[in-house]
Amino acid sequence: MKKVLTHRLVLPIAALIALVAVNTIARPSFVSVTVQNGQLYGPLIDILRNSAPLMLVSLGMMVVIATRGIDLSVGAIMAVSGAVALTIIDGSPTPDDLGTVLAAIGVAVLIGLLLGAWNGMLVALVGVQPIIATLVLMLAGRGVALLITGGFITTINSAPYKFMAQGYVIGLPFAFFVSVAAIVIVALVERRTALGMLTEAVGINPEASRLAGVRARGIIWGAYAASGLLAGLAGILYSSNTMAADSNAAGLYIELYAILAVVLGGTSLMGGKFTIAGTVIGVFTIETLRSTILFLGVPSAVAPLFLAIAVVIVVLIQSPRVRGIVTRVAQGMRGGTKAEVAR
Amino acid sequence: MSSASEARPVVEMRGITIEFPGVTALDGVDLTLRAGEVHTLMGENGAGKSTLIKALTGVYAIDDGSIVVEGTPRVFRGTADAQAAGISTVYQEVNLCTNLSVGENVMLGHEVRGPFGIDWAKTHRAAADHLENLGLALDTRSLLATHSIAVQQLVAISRAMVRDSHVLVLDEPTSSLDRGEVEQLFAVVRGLRDRGVAILFVTHFLDQVYEISDRLTVLRNGRLVGEYAIGELPRGELIAKMIGRELDELDALARSADRDIDRTGDPVIRADGIARRGVLEPADVEVFPGEVVGIAGLLGSGRTELVRLLYGADRADAGRVEVQGRAARIATPRHAIDRRIAFSSEDRRAEGIVGDLTVAENIVLGVQAKRGALRPMRGAERDALVADYIDALGVRPANPDALVRNLSGGNQQKVLLARWLATAPQLIILDEPTRGIDVGAKADIQRKVAELSAQGLAVVFISSELEEVIRIAQRIVVMRDRRKIGELASHDIDVDDLVAFIAEEHDTQGILESPENVA
Repeated sequence: MKKVLTHRLVLPIAALIALVAVNTIARPSFVSVTVQNGQLYGPLIDILRNSAPLMLVSLGMMVVIATRGIDLSVGAIMAVSGAVALTIIDGSPTPDDLGTVLAAIGVAVLIGLLLGAWNGMLVALVGVQPIIATLVLMLAGRGVALLITGGFITTINSAPYKFMAQGYVIGLPFAFFVSVAAIVIVALVERRTALGMLTEAVGINPEASRLAGVRARGIIWGAYAASGLLAGLAGILYSSNTMAADSNAAGLYIELYAILAVVLGGTSLMGGKFTIAGTVIGVFTIETLRSTILFLGVPSAVAPLFLAIAVVIVVLIQSPRVRGIVTRVAQGMRGGTKAEVAR
Repeated sequence: MSSASEARPVVEMRGITIEFPGVTALDGVDLTLRAGEVHTLMGENGAGKSTLIKALTGVYAIDDGSIVVEGTPRVFRGTADAQAAGISTVYQEVNLCTNLSVGENVMLGHEVRGPFGIDWAKTHRAAADHLENLGLALDTRSLLATHSIAVQQLVAISRAMVRDSHVLVLDEPTSSLDRGEVEQLFAVVRGLRDRGVAILFVTHFLDQVYEISDRLTVLRNGRLVGEYAIGELPRGELIAKMIGRELDELDALARSADRDIDRTGDPVIRADGIARRGVLEPADVEVFPGEVVGIAGLLGSGRTELVRLLYGADRADAGRVEVQGRAARIATPRHAIDRRIAFSSEDRRAEGIVGDLTVAENIVLGVQAKRGALRPMRGAERDALVADYIDALGVRPANPDALVRNLSGGNQQKVLLARWLATAPQLIILDEPTRGIDVGAKADIQRKVAELSAQGLAVVFISSELEEVIRIAQRIVVMRDRRKIGELASHDIDVDDLVAFIAEEHDTQGILESPENVA
């Protein structure tokens, strides 16, 4: 029992369950799922679908954070990727052709990968601090996206493209399957090869890893490239949801939510140990929180305040110092003599 | 000295214990400081000197024990508590504001106030008085930065006296001072002592210990060895107490030093004139299969620098290296690893272990890095390898899933040794593998080194403990001032010979013994 309670995922899972419980009490319809034409609908299903872009970005962010880095450019990469895909489809004579759409997605994701590789080069080869290296693309990326769309918000009509974010497969949103596939692939690559352990070693102690012969440069580079690739795919999902390439709105602030999801899940910003399950829970927590805010009718301008309060609470709970104080107060209430007797 | 023993105790630390996760840094240590005495704290690196000072000055909280100052039990929750109790510290790196004047530094926080705020004229006069009390005549309005480190240290001491401290802790104050400056500092220290201040002094220089101290406390491996009046402990005995002749256990080990080495074939590694500007003068080293080459020298003598160049941890800018008779370029650790050379750094925490990974992960890290990320070791293969090494080296706890940072220093060192042995090296370089670890782990590691070298592994072994080097290595490279000053065969020398060799001024050419003579 104690082992269960001290597991590092206990707090994140408890937070998610509590959030769902509060929502269910406030509106019982929160957990209701209806079937229409063999497709599932309901607030929970919405969360599964809407969380897909954040899920992809957060998985990449997690790997980058594990190397002691940070990737601020993911939102901008999403904007570029969406702009590329929609511009290709918009310019194509056959926008409804599956081949056209697959080619557009392929090119867009590849560009995401290249942008990630650029970040990785700055960090791993040139030695620029991660926050500065990715800030460059964070600021420049949206400009590049606007350049690609010619300064307009490109809109398209393409059934296969629309399917990415809005389609259904065996009753569930297709975007959810993209999420699951990304989780599974990241888990396989990190945990079924030695990549995860080597990444953690580099994040925990770079110098010891170098002396042990770990190819830290390649590992760090790969982490940023993976983050770029996943952000590129997230850009596809985002633009498919609106069927528009809005370079200013696509993935706005998503880097901050992704960092939040990773930290909520229990991965330290200091780098090192990372937990894929934790990050997944972190993403669902944030998405549920957003849904709650929407339901409560909080004006969108004030919504960030609610998220901020939630974050402060979670961070306080995770702080060892605060936990120490709480433990001491609790012991004091139970009678201070107990500890002394135990000695 | 008879009056000293009657002096009034100002600080009584009893049974001080400080634990860091997995390591007991101090284990029931006592320290008594008396009014009007200079008390010197002695011990090797890792003995617990700085931890004890930090307990006294409130930097670390103690896990067990008591601190009594002037008869009042105290609990220090921070440095401010210690200062309030009258304990001041002057560190090796002066912590003053060099951009302020001498007077401002002396009086910082104790400025003389008048009706219109600080009265600077009176403040500077007060500062001048305090400095004069220590026999210093300085312009209090001059910028501190314009004075030497020695003077800055004296200013730091005056500053401590402004706070009316009964206890003054001097943490290696003389390490960057020249002879005359040390005299000046000691004159001030004697003055304070005669006024009844209790002084705790830390230094590595034995001459200074005997020049200034009234009493000594010796620590070793976090434990108290004893407290001695300076007159009752000759130099040789002091060194013996610091190093610790843990011979009962270690002497049981066969001296591998007497083994004959076949030096007819190609050496595993031969470096000619390997050097790096500002770090190491050109040095020649060769190590034959089955040979243990010791490197002896003081801290900073170039011994660590030499092996880092051999391994490619730092890049050499001169010299050539041959591995198994063939020219080899070793500019990065990967180059060395590809030639089956392993290196365990002296800085176990910063450059050795990966603390948040498990014992098993730390052990397989070397092999895994060599194989690359995409060829992971499979479960059974990995478990067998880890279990073998945990067993062979006696890692405790024998739990492959324990986090390495929670292990004791000795067991961390065993894990590192396992990491490297698992890569099947032909040469292993061990830089201070036995520093700060308990005698049992020391014996285990020495035994393993002797055993592996007997099977043909070439070893480079660095240790500050000269006895250990003499017992284990067949040949000893001696370093001083970033230069190789010679080579000795260890079978016909003892520690005193080696100390003399390290200390004496030699003509480099005259004392070089060729390897042929050694064999």
